[in-house]
Amino acid sequence: MADARMMVRRQAGARLWLSAFWLGLVALAALFAPLIAPHDPLAQDLFLGRMPPFWVAGAEPGYWLGTDSLGRDVLSRLIYGARIALTVALVAGAATCVLGAGLGLMAGYMRGWVDTVISRFIDIWMAFPPVLFSILLIAVMGPGLISIIIAIVIIDWTRFARVIRAEAMGQGAMDYVASARVAGRGRISTMLTEILPNVLPTIVVLLTLEMGIAVIIEAILSFVNLSIPTDDATWGGMISEGRVSIHQAWWVLVFPLIALFLTVLAFSQLGEGLKDRYDPVLR
Amino acid sequence: MNYLELKGLSARIMRQNHPLLRSVSLALAPGEVRGLVGESGAGKSMIGKAVLGILPKAVELTGGEIWLDGQDLQRLSARDRRHRIGQSCALIPQDPLTALNPSRRIAPQITDRLVDILGWERARAVTRAEELLHEVRIEDPARVMRAYPHELSGGMRQRILIASAFAAEPKLIVADEPTTALDVTVQKQILKLIKDMQARHGTAILFVTHDLGVVSKVCNRLSVLYGGMVVEDNDIDSFFAGPRHPYSRALLAATPKYTDPGASLTPVPDSVIAGVRGEIEAFDQRQAHV
Amino acid sequence: MGRLLTTLITLLGVAVVVFVVIRVVPGNPIAMMLPPGATEADIARLNALYGFDKSIPQQFFIWLGGVVQGDFGTSITARQPVTGMVLGRLPATLELSVMALVMACVMGGAMALWGTRRRETKTEAAIDVANGMALSVPDFLWGLLLILGFGVLWPVFHISGRVTPSLELPFTTNFYLFESLIRLRFDLWADIVSHMFLPALALAIPLSAIIGQLLKQSLKETMHLDYVTLARTRGYGETHVILREALRNAILPTLTLVGVQFTFLIGGTVIIERLFSYEGLGNMAIEAVTNRDLPLIQGIVILFALIFTGVNLVVDLLYAVLNPRLRHG
Ligand SMILES: Nc1ncnc2c1ncn2[C@@H]1O[C@H](COP(=O)(O)OP(=O)(O)OP(=O)(O)O)[C@@H](O)[C@H]1O
Ligand SMILES: [Mg+2]
Repeated sequence: MADARMMVRRQAGARLWLSAFWLGLVALAALFAPLIAPHDPLAQDLFLGRMPPFWVAGAEPGYWLGTDSLGRDVLSRLIYGARIALTVALVAGAATCVLGAGLGLMAGYMRGWVDTVISRFIDIWMAFPPVLFSILLIAVMGPGLISIIIAIVIIDWTRFARVIRAEAMGQGAMDYVASARVAGRGRISTMLTEILPNVLPTIVVLLTLEMGIAVIIEAILSFVNLSIPTDDATWGGMISEGRVSIHQAWWVLVFPLIALFLTVLAFSQLGEGLKDRYDPVLR
Repeated sequence: MNYLELKGLSARIMRQNHPLLRSVSLALAPGEVRGLVGESGAGKSMIGKAVLGILPKAVELTGGEIWLDGQDLQRLSARDRRHRIGQSCALIPQDPLTALNPSRRIAPQITDRLVDILGWERARAVTRAEELLHEVRIEDPARVMRAYPHELSGGMRQRILIASAFAAEPKLIVADEPTTALDVTVQKQILKLIKDMQARHGTAILFVTHDLGVVSKVCNRLSVLYGGMVVEDNDIDSFFAGPRHPYSRALLAATPKYTDPGASLTPVPDSVIAGVRGEIEAFDQRQAHV
Repeated sequence: MGRLLTTLITLLGVAVVVFVVIRVVPGNPIAMMLPPGATEADIARLNALYGFDKSIPQQFFIWLGGVVQGDFGTSITARQPVTGMVLGRLPATLELSVMALVMACVMGGAMALWGTRRRETKTEAAIDVANGMALSVPDFLWGLLLILGFGVLWPVFHISGRVTPSLELPFTTNFYLFESLIRLRFDLWADIVSHMFLPALALAIPLSAIIGQLLKQSLKETMHLDYVTLARTRGYGETHVILREALRNAILPTLTLVGVQFTFLIGGTVIIERLFSYEGLGNMAIEAVTNRDLPLIQGIVILFALIFTGVNLVVDLLYAVLNPRLRHG
């Protein structure tokens, strides 16, 4: 018994570190993209179209991971793609968190009509297919980084709101909250000083998970050609192109797919790891 | 010839040096009812579970033998052991509310074993089950057979579990505090029922309880347990005439007399506890030096 | 009854939100439809035709009036009634979703049973890790991986379309999978399954992990209960005890969750259909969005919302049927 638990602990630790390591790598690539990228990610060279990666016969020296159909360097596009992926993850994740957790806290703590209204909105939102909703929003707002971020916030705030609402309700029923109120503190102040710190671990976990989801949504939107003007380097856009030329140039699909896969996995494993470690409620 | 015999049975929590059973020996002749008494945590249920092969995963047997009907159970394969126990033993559990599967009707819960393990025809098993329900004084057996557990009262459910235990005509029944979860008036009926059924079917019963009053009514013999160790093994008459072990004596003194419910309870004195603790330590030390 | 009312309110809310989102934001769908040389008068005429010249609330009530009668308006790009177009595509999406659900239940159930049978061993730990992976990665990525694996590296399944285009289809409905079975056309059935397998699997993997985890957990809890122990003393082996005594009770908590998760799965068909060029509602939805075909978008979104709320109702019913306590209580 004890041994098994130790094993799980250790695995959880390894999971956390591996995830953090990969995300650190992606962050570095994003930060120093202009320094690391061997080529201009937008530079086309039609004579160098669909060159395979370096270990395959016929590779073009200098283009380590090959080129796409327009002769753009896959590695450089991958590195620049990390910029957009991480920007979306951080900004959209944080904004979703603030909106969703804020509404969830209010609904769960204030109850009454506030809760009724917010809960009704959550119900309505749950009846939307999220991908379709986000595509719709982008189509309406027009492509671009800002649109993507807004779309993610609009479709995903319920993810925070539902969980935090339930938790705030539980916390609100506890004695220490009542005693804070009795001591004459205002509702908002009690909410922020007594409830918020107690749901903070949950928020952090959800935030980590949300960042992974944001990366995926961005990729999906780029994939359906709705996110960023098409020649900008995004992983989803690269995947979209790779899907078309999959039989001629598999590497155009495979490398961004690996990057996306690992990043999403890392965010979610980081979230799960944090959950196991710090959050008794979600566990 | 004993039907059940435990020879020096020892058990502990897996990989921990914390004994739960300390060389427990006891025997049960066919048709005999043996009480197993002791305070909470003494290991009474553990003995019953060991006999029936349902020890928790975290508990392992470290020594001793369990003989059932002239056969050493531990020599059998897991599958054979399970079948042997299924054919010849039964359990009357403590809590009738949790011992019936809430999503299945009563009928299959009684007849399954008769059909699957004993190989009866389904129709014969159903008739038998209804007979038994009638025997435990359930008014409308046919209706009860079709009911789900939540439609029945606790007393009814315990009757059903008793009927189910006797249905396969087992030679041995382990009754683990079969009345503790019921309210007092029902307790008496159920006790009487178990006793009657036992007399009629001639089944040997290992009767786990911490109530010496109950023991005096249904048992022929008893074993007193402390810390997983049998401190006294006696027949009923001589036990109630005068227990041999100081701990048993204190236990008996601590039990309110049925004849005199108003008498004050005397807790087991510390000196007596210290005495048995000493015995246990001595036992553990002997074990360690073997 | 209260359930039905909240469902209606939710649906109405969805309709309002979609309506508002589409219309409040600038960008004239009519302008996109017309050739470059069109005059103001042309635009006005088309606007009037589609009702875009009225105020948004007016448009909404006109549209709602139609919806109540089953009329979702006319698609701008296809110039056909939305209802017909949408219903024509619905079977494809339903078949895909149900297939995925079945696969998820089979895979998740197998994982849960196997993990319970081998609980507290290395096998269980391995199953947990696999489930964790399957859960962390969304259907979109599984789809891409499956395309790579079974479409390209080892091409055993089709990776695009719903059926091989050159085949003659004798079908009267759009439930190809179902109808090919009914007509005993196993050749067609095999072709359809081979097209559907990978997209359905991509949708099923995350759900199967959820089912596997939750069912295993509740099975393990159930295995400690008294009636399970009692069954053991009756001579039954572990597998039998899990299947006959524990499973039914353990399934109930899983079921509610599977309902919610199934709606997520249906939502996932949008992108998965796109990925596999599968001709269902999702693919149509994306086209409608790119073409700014407002009536079509509205119709599809409402239909999805209907399916979502319908699934939730069905799950509640199923729960009541499976739980004897509710059935007779
Ligand atoms: N699953 C388990 N894992 C580890 N230890 C256990 C487990 N179940 C019981 N024990 C321990 O075994 C000892 C004996 O338990 P047992 O259930 O036999 O007591 P008991 O005499 O039946 O008491 P009670 O009158 O409360 O039923 C106790 O100390 C208990 O803590
Ligand atoms: Mg006990």
